[in-house]
Amino acid sequence: MNYSIIRKILGVVTQFIGAFLLLPAVCGLCYGEKQCIVYFVLAVVYFVIGRLIAMRKIKDQAFYAREGFVVVGLSWIVLSVLGAIPLVITKDIPNFTNALFETVSGFTTTGSSILENVEGLSHTGLFWRSFTHWVGGMGVIVFILAFLPMTSGYNMNLMRAESPGPTVGKLVPKVKETAKILYMIYFGITVSELILLVIARMPLFDALCIAFGSAGTGGFGVKNSSCADYSMLQQGIITVFILMFGVNFNAYFYILRRKAGEVLKMSEVKAYFGVVAFAVITITINIRGMFPSVFQAFHHAAFQVGSIITTTGFATQDFDQWPQYSRALLVGIMFIGACAGSTGGGMKVSRVLIMFKTVYREIRKYLHPRAVTNVTMDGKTLDRSTLHSVSVYLSTYMFIFVFSMMAITMVESLDLETVFTSVACTFNNIGPGLSKVGPTCNFNMMKPFTKYILMFDMLAGRLELYPMLMLFTPSVWKKGF
Amino acid sequence: MKIIVVGCGRVGAAIIAQLSREGHDISVIDVNSSVVTDISNNYDVMGLVGNGASHALQVEAGIETADLLIAATDSDELNLLCCLIAKKAGGCSTIARVRSPIYNEEIGFLKGELGLSLTVNPEYAAATEIARVLRVPSAVHIETFAKGRAEIVKVRIPKGSVLDGCSLAQIRGKVGTEVLISTVERGDDVEIPNGAFVLKEGDMISVVASRANSRDFLERIGLPSKRVRDCMIIGGGKIAFYLAQQLIESRIRVKIIERDRDRCEELSEQLPKATILHAEAANRDILREEGITDCESFVTLTGMDEENVFLSMFAQNVSKAKVITKVDRMGFDDIIKRLELGTVIHPKNITADNIVRYVRAMQNSIGSNVESLYKIIDDKVEALEFLIQKDSPVIGIPLSQLKVKPGILIACVSRQGRIMIPNGNTTILEGDSVIVVTTHLGFGDIRDILIR
Repeated sequence: MNYSIIRKILGVVTQFIGAFLLLPAVCGLCYGEKQCIVYFVLAVVYFVIGRLIAMRKIKDQAFYAREGFVVVGLSWIVLSVLGAIPLVITKDIPNFTNALFETVSGFTTTGSSILENVEGLSHTGLFWRSFTHWVGGMGVIVFILAFLPMTSGYNMNLMRAESPGPTVGKLVPKVKETAKILYMIYFGITVSELILLVIARMPLFDALCIAFGSAGTGGFGVKNSSCADYSMLQQGIITVFILMFGVNFNAYFYILRRKAGEVLKMSEVKAYFGVVAFAVITITINIRGMFPSVFQAFHHAAFQVGSIITTTGFATQDFDQWPQYSRALLVGIMFIGACAGSTGGGMKVSRVLIMFKTVYREIRKYLHPRAVTNVTMDGKTLDRSTLHSVSVYLSTYMFIFVFSMMAITMVESLDLETVFTSVACTFNNIGPGLSKVGPTCNFNMMKPFTKYILMFDMLAGRLELYPMLMLFTPSVWKKGF
Repeated sequence: MKIIVVGCGRVGAAIIAQLSREGHDISVIDVNSSVVTDISNNYDVMGLVGNGASHALQVEAGIETADLLIAATDSDELNLLCCLIAKKAGGCSTIARVRSPIYNEEIGFLKGELGLSLTVNPEYAAATEIARVLRVPSAVHIETFAKGRAEIVKVRIPKGSVLDGCSLAQIRGKVGTEVLISTVERGDDVEIPNGAFVLKEGDMISVVASRANSRDFLERIGLPSKRVRDCMIIGGGKIAFYLAQQLIESRIRVKIIERDRDRCEELSEQLPKATILHAEAANRDILREEGITDCESFVTLTGMDEENVFLSMFAQNVSKAKVITKVDRMGFDDIIKRLELGTVIHPKNITADNIVRYVRAMQNSIGSNVESLYKIIDDKVEALEFLIQKDSPVIGIPLSQLKVKPGILIACVSRQGRIMIPNGNTTILEGDSVIVVTTHLGFGDIRDILIR
């Protein structure tokens, strides 16, 4: 374990948080809120501390996969803790556990909240909360890779640990350029959403926060009613954009390179829209009776499906009140999640697709025991190790899921539906679940222990399990072997 | 520059390592997915799995915008095909690794007709380097510049030499030959020394001089400079063949020991003047019987590094022969350096250096290009030869007034075939070849030596 390089990267991360805090500070200044002073001061403090930590010389440049995983896991914890401090100091969320829950939920783009009254927060706090979504969506490490001169070839180990999906590819030969392109696309789509929302007459502050929330597929709103009070047009715009942020960003890269044809060949993107279409249509039929027109039913079905499958978690309707089929289907697509290489969470469409294909292959193997079969994706044969890692991912996922549920039921006296969906919606980085954690409720009533379990789930879900599990593996921390 | 490398075997990997360090955008293609994963984990490159001669795959790797494709797979034919397709698809420059002796004979025709920019033959290059050292056996390495007129000779200062305890400023007076000591390696330290630097026995020095002067210098510091008269080669691969060919041409007697019967037959057909022995070389009786104790040079070229190292150590022990060891694997060179192995040759590095030189020259197609590149010490010191073109900013200014970055030594100027060791009053003229020794890596033009 190379501790010196880990320390250095953590120092850099701290500096970046300092820089990030300037944005809410400026926002607070515009609204003339006192809170902005706290943000300004903390920004400077973080920056100086980070600078001091990062300045010390590194003895050994060696950087392998294990350092990559550990750095990413630790960075996200540091990020969350440092991000929670301003909320505590400004008394927006005076309780530290609650503030930490809120920032973990923010950075992991979950959107689960402990706030009873969102509108009671200062503008500075609201802005910071939503901005954490934007930062967490594409990833902090990717951001650092894009803008920091790091020459070693081991950067891929960092990128791999933070980027979602079964396999991580580069768009262009260099990690730095790849990270830049990703952030450019991300920034571009966010700004277009912002502009469209402002044109549709949403107040600028709301538009900014909603744009951040949908870009990172987070889900923090600025109203107690989430998105229910916005006009149909505004909700429509949000629907389209959250669905866009759930698409693999490689697709946008192809479009930028004028190879739109390639996008149609991406089986993951096809499957993603297939699932969305299926869910929207059947839910529309299912909830038809609750709305005056088919269009309205369709509108709300599309919003909720888009919001859940991309793991955003905005709501225009209390879908907890919907018929059982719709509720069940929404929980089902929570697990599928968005495409790999997007900002969304969940298990990722490509993994589910690979699992389906593996199952199909297994059945064929029973039929023809001597058959030599391969699993292919986009016309390419998948590596045996990729298939293996997808299956292992699923097992790990199940273990963590079950353990979390067990742990929570030990301390809480909640019904199973609440517990199940609260784990499902935090682990998959969605936000609202069903029953007592439904769209109109929040997580405040839970005990601190439960909150920490859920925080772990959010981080594990966002970082694809292994970086978080690595932190708890003793042998990782030992010197030498 | 955008570069595509097809094939990441050991040669490919050496090329990728060097080029990625110099900051190029590199895509890598290989059929073996685990090799590709490995390379893209260790270097900042994009990896693709598949057949490099496939047009679709080349397009995916970005052939349309690439500046250069390097084909370095095991198969000559595949390499040529890759280059041919790349040429048609992207119109980029192409470099092919071609190593079969048959194609090597026809290389001029192939290059011209297939539009190759460069062909590299690691085996041939290694053989040439070995042959060069065998002509001056007391040198550890010899590199030639200025069309063979100037040399950088790396030698270890022997015991009781006049150089022991001599400062650089005194050398001219003590030895009486016009030479320049460009670098000194002492233990793990490397230095570009100044006049006050005092040499010690055991130092590894790199001497820049004209060809005649370097021989003279070696004699005077107590090192024999006569070429060897015979050579025992262990292992009969391609390098051995090329080496034997070159040695026989300079009338050096050659004995090759090879363990494969069929290969022996082949070699004896192709090299009628050499003695080909079919035997297991790792047998001290056989080696003694064939005269290891009396031979003047001993070269180990088997495919196994361990065996080469092992046999070389044995030879160092039982004979006074000049020993040359081929080592393919790169990871352990710091340890290899500490063993008594005489001269160590890394064929893959020679090729990678060739390609890097070409790439640097390509980057500055106008201006004063790199003519040749030689890594005096890997990753630390380079020697570069520049051909000075019109309008170069270094022309006409005495060297003492030139604002040169620290860590740079202008070691040698070749003007119309005459080799000069420059001093402060020397001025560089158009058409000169200038050899620069530097600790800055990555220079592509003579302008780079100046402080901007």
